Amino acid sequence: MLAVDLLAVDQGDIGTVGLAASGVLVLVAVAISLWRRLGLERSLLWASLRALVQLLLVGWVLQFVVDPDDPLIFSVIWLLAMIGFAAYTTSRRAADVPKVLPLSMIAYTASAVVVLGVLFGFGIYELEGRTLVPLAGMVVGNSLAATVLVSRQLLIAASEQRGLIEARLALGLTASESFQPQLRQALRTALVPQIESTKAVGIVFLPGAMVGLILAGVDPADAVKVQVSVMYLVLGSVATTTAVMSIGISRELFTPAQQLRRPARRVDT
Amino acid sequence: MPSADAFELRGVDAGPVGDPILRGVDLDVPANGVTVLAGPSGAGKSTLLRLLNRLDDPLAGEIRWRDRRLTDWEPTELRRQVAMVFQRAPVFPGTVRENLAVALPHITGDRAVHVLEHVGLETDLLDQDAETLSGGEAQRMCVARALLTDPAVLLADEPTAALDRAARATVEDLGRSLAESGVAVIWVSHDTDQLRRLADHVIVLADGTVRAMGHLADLDASDDPLVRRSVGAP
Repeated sequence: MLAVDLLAVDQGDIGTVGLAASGVLVLVAVAISLWRRLGLERSLLWASLRALVQLLLVGWVLQFVVDPDDPLIFSVIWLLAMIGFAAYTTSRRAADVPKVLPLSMIAYTASAVVVLGVLFGFGIYELEGRTLVPLAGMVVGNSLAATVLVSRQLLIAASEQRGLIEARLALGLTASESFQPQLRQALRTALVPQIESTKAVGIVFLPGAMVGLILAGVDPADAVKVQVSVMYLVLGSVATTTAVMSIGISRELFTPAQQLRRPARRVDT
Repeated sequence: MPSADAFELRGVDAGPVGDPILRGVDLDVPANGVTVLAGPSGAGKSTLLRLLNRLDDPLAGEIRWRDRRLTDWEPTELRRQVAMVFQRAPVFPGTVRENLAVALPHITGDRAVHVLEHVGLETDLLDQDAETLSGGEAQRMCVARALLTDPAVLLADEPTAALDRAARATVEDLGRSLAESGVAVIWVSHDTDQLRRLADHVIVLADGTVRAMGHLADLDASDDPLVRRSVGAP
């Protein structure tokens, strides 16, 4: 029998032994890979080890950021670093998008201001490191995939639907008017997955925030309220980030003379 | 002396940066009747056409219309007066009526009927899905859509290249009737038979420059074999 302190688990601490024991599940995945000859054993082990090291490192740093005695400025610096890293990641994944790095910085910052402004401005959460860091992480982290998606979709649309866009320009429409249908479609494509995920929550899966709170001993009814606010946060942040990003990219795709720019290099679809 | 409505090109280079398709073009494009831009593939016909409504800008030189540099025109206003139809008729999602409304929002029923009749389309097509139109119908719808901006000039970039013979004939007739009604038509074509049916004026481009310009009879007698070939001289 494992010497896991169940009382400590109630308080969210599974201990080193518990952590090591959960590694058995990685070995289950490795065993399946070996059994079915998937060739993924090294990737599984490397990914698991990397996740462990990264999270331990983050956890060690966070103890200097989120402690109530730490100045709030540390959390703000952490937030800015997250935004910077998310913008950098977006620029790597959507490298063909013009001015992708500055546009991403603006988009993630705008989203953080709007969403965190509501959460803390309305007093939904107390403004402190313990709340600012995880909530900001959700804003930025959950917007990343959608932001990359909308960026690439816009670039592909500008390339593949050039004829339709120029036909609208040729009728005397502005660049903004000419690109509206493509912009709308790209935003829908980026937002629908998050909408579907929100619809399925609680039925198909129990979301992580709620699970974490319940494991830490929080009353499920209270955990649910937190989780719902988090889901709304994610919806709002994804919508804001993708909207700001798409408006910025749309402007970069056209010249001041309302001409659709030619791509610098071939767009990979 | 060109008419005030002519397009004046002076020292125009155009095309990809570092490898222009048009080089040092000096040209007055007539703004009456049907002007056909002819010449071999890659000569710069479509490139030149796209300069006239500023879908593209030249790399060098100046273009004027109605005594104003094109760059002095508000681009949207210029394009409403210098309309364009394309080789592949760009049909927007929705009905024929909704396609027309892109050019003229809040278009009235009477206006929509009138413009369809003008291009020889059945008016009961108005509420039909535009993507179900035949090639010839779609191209005529595109002309109708362009006409809703009351243009003085219609640029036509090989508008019949993707059409069968019957549809080609109806679009050609439409181009001719527009020119006769006062809308100057500037038409790019590879088809020498079409050129001979349509052209009041011909501009022959080759190797990025203007090889010849004038009336068909004059170009038929040109000393330049490329020019005679480009206009299908007998």
